[in-house]
Amino acid sequence: MNALRAQKKDEVSVVLCGEAGQGIQTVEQILVRYLKLSGFHVFATKEYMSRVRGGSNSTQIRISSKRASAYLDRIDILIPFHQGGIKHVEKRITPETIILGDREVISKDSPLEVKEFIDIPFSKIASDIGGRIYVNTIAAGVVLGTIGVEQHFLTNFIREFFSKKSEDVIKRNIDAIKKGYEVGTQILNSGKIEFTIRSSPRIKDENLLNGSEAVGLGALAGGCKFLSSYPMSPSTGVMVFLSQQMEDFDIVVEQAEDEISAINMAIGASYGGARSMVTTSGGGFALMIEGVSLAGMLEIPVVIHLSQRPGPATGLPTRTEQADLELALYSGHGEFPRIILAPGNLKDAFFLTQKAFNLADKYQIPVFVLTDQYLIDSLMNLPLLDISDTRDENHVVKTHKGYKRYELTEDGISPRGIPGFGEGLVGVDSDEHDEEAHITEDLILREKMVDKRLKKLDSIKKEIVPPELVGSSNYRVLITGWGSTYNVVREALQELGREDISFLHFKQVYPLYEGTRDYLQKAQKNIIIENNATSQFGKLIKLYTGMDIEAKILKYNGLAFSVEEVAAEIKKILGKEKV
Amino acid sequence: MESQVFEMGDIDIAWCPGCGNFSILKVLKQALSELGIKPEKLVLVSGIGQAAKIPHYFRTNFFNGLHGRAIPPATAIKVVNPDLAVIAESGDGDMYGEGGNHLINAIRRNPDITNIVHNNMVYGLTKGQASPTSQIGFKTPVQVKGVFLEPFNPLALAISLDASFVARAFSGDIEQTKEILEQAISHKGFALVDIFQPCVTFNKVNTHKWFKENTYYLDKSYDPLNRVAAFQKAVEREKLPLGIFYRNDKKSTFEENVGVYRQNKEPLALRKLERKNKLSDLIKSKR
Repeated sequence: MNALRAQKKDEVSVVLCGEAGQGIQTVEQILVRYLKLSGFHVFATKEYMSRVRGGSNSTQIRISSKRASAYLDRIDILIPFHQGGIKHVEKRITPETIILGDREVISKDSPLEVKEFIDIPFSKIASDIGGRIYVNTIAAGVVLGTIGVEQHFLTNFIREFFSKKSEDVIKRNIDAIKKGYEVGTQILNSGKIEFTIRSSPRIKDENLLNGSEAVGLGALAGGCKFLSSYPMSPSTGVMVFLSQQMEDFDIVVEQAEDEISAINMAIGASYGGARSMVTTSGGGFALMIEGVSLAGMLEIPVVIHLSQRPGPATGLPTRTEQADLELALYSGHGEFPRIILAPGNLKDAFFLTQKAFNLADKYQIPVFVLTDQYLIDSLMNLPLLDISDTRDENHVVKTHKGYKRYELTEDGISPRGIPGFGEGLVGVDSDEHDEEAHITEDLILREKMVDKRLKKLDSIKKEIVPPELVGSSNYRVLITGWGSTYNVVREALQELGREDISFLHFKQVYPLYEGTRDYLQKAQKNIIIENNATSQFGKLIKLYTGMDIEAKILKYNGLAFSVEEVAAEIKKILGKEKV
Repeated sequence: MESQVFEMGDIDIAWCPGCGNFSILKVLKQALSELGIKPEKLVLVSGIGQAAKIPHYFRTNFFNGLHGRAIPPATAIKVVNPDLAVIAESGDGDMYGEGGNHLINAIRRNPDITNIVHNNMVYGLTKGQASPTSQIGFKTPVQVKGVFLEPFNPLALAISLDASFVARAFSGDIEQTKEILEQAISHKGFALVDIFQPCVTFNKVNTHKWFKENTYYLDKSYDPLNRVAAFQKAVEREKLPLGIFYRNDKKSTFEENVGVYRQNKEPLALRKLERKNKLSDLIKSKR
């Protein structure tokens, strides 16, 4: 085996491959947490099958000196935990990939699949310590030793990590991590592997979050008091996170009988005066659509976290896609305003979710936070979220006698009262209604009410979140993207190192930023990148700017883009045209 | 308190002359006034259908939502503001057909709301198709050979789920209906009141006369705390009993169970959030 000749010695990409239920998540958690506390930048992303046991899943952990939070094809260290693990990631293995594996497991693979590897008798070491289950902790130790991370607080860390277990189990895990670390150190000392990843003490104080937590914290910052949802991957994490905050944060989290109930409850809570949200994914959101229309008609705020996964129908339940933009955009019968936000990274996920609550309340409309499995399941360090940048806005008024819920106003926004707060009465109606919310078939009034609702768009358009231009404003080539592709495109452009290429990332996809056309027109070559098959955002851009972005980088096999893939696709497009 | 406080004045009511809805509207206003519930502290939540128009004839807070969906918003309104009296009211098609799953789960969830169902055994708004409670053999333009689906039995369903309060009334009997409604609204927990009501336009079988002849009131010796007896009464077919079938006073409510009111009784909706410090601590803990 050659010494690792990774192009970037200041970072390492470790891939763990195992069956569902084998515990690679434990390895991931130990590694990511310990490494982050040791001052390294970490990023973990997983792809997994829709099953509780068996199959083949993998987790990538990037450990680096610089912030690197995107999916990479490259594997520097591969640990296959099960037979077939190597085959599962075969296409990503290069001669430089170091495989650390148990001969007992790997030898069961067919000869074609078996690559050169460093034999580590995981099972044997584990059974000496006390059982198969310790393989995970041993493996974490091996990785830490191999990359030469200091171990001075490792024992305490493991003690705390397993603090809910018995003393015996804790001790065995400490033995396991030490033994693994020893094995790793031997590999490191053998000179087969060399890394110089620099740590920085500042990272220790940064946040370590996944996407669900970032959205959940954003909801808390946005004043969310009520969440009702029905479990559905990959959106459930937000409900789980908020459920755990119920005691401390005065929030009701209710698992509804179905998504129809969930959104109708959320709208009811909001009518009652509590900021509310739902979290769901494509199929569940399909059931909520009557509620989106209801929120539009009642003019009741609701925040919808829609975490995308590939469809149609059940699709690929545990995988990723950006194919529900049009669904969100056109959901709900009739015409009414809405806002669609699309976080690019975890910081965006926090701030935009928080902002979504203010926007929903201010304009009394449904506001979407559109994420996907890739963003929601990514775990990484990021600078500590600063809540002094968040705003508590109040858009509820105390009612007086004679209060009219749908008073016709200049800007279409009627002061919103809630029942039991003030002397007025608050009615809302899903039928076309008069100013007091009573059913009407006065067709002149109908027109006025439609105009009133749509007029809110004028104000909404004045505060669209502008797209972020990454790179020089003197670009010749402009890559346009939205949502979760932010980090991967950013890193791909660094990789390409061409100053004439910039990236325009949209964090609000609807209403579309009014200066979009200017950005696109400035470029000699426009390229759009989307994790879907039909370039849904491209179509939206064409609709509102008249500009058709013909060069498209699209991916819809259920996986997120990798850095290498994006760089190669850009090169391919530009190579053809010699821009 | 006079039931006048709920009156809308001179308004156009969209129901057919002679419709049972008129009596229910009147008797509900009386029951609420007798209980001293003020219009400002009441929310009427309804779905879609003839019965679901009731909030438009009522001077109070209201949420006239979607077909079949009165219960979910009513549940949420109550939990974010338990100081409000919340009534979810619609017809049999809305509550038992389109909204059936919500009814089942509201019984399990047990919010302290009253669920009034106008049961005329037919669809009115869509002009005369079968409803979940239409009797076998009932002919309509769609069920041309007559209904062959087993009629939905809301009372048996509710009792089987150990519902907190289960009753049946008849819109033709003002006094008894008022008494049942008052008890239902005062009851702590989910209270289902199914109200038989003739549809003068689309149901020529289950008329006022038919209900008179085919119902009887549970007598004074009947014990509404006995679930098995209640179930037996609920499945009687010959003559249909009226009254309070079942009560379980020992159930905790949704509002009590969610936790936000354990230490603080102030309605969640009206609470000023003091989250910044806690949130800052939570963010710092995620390291």
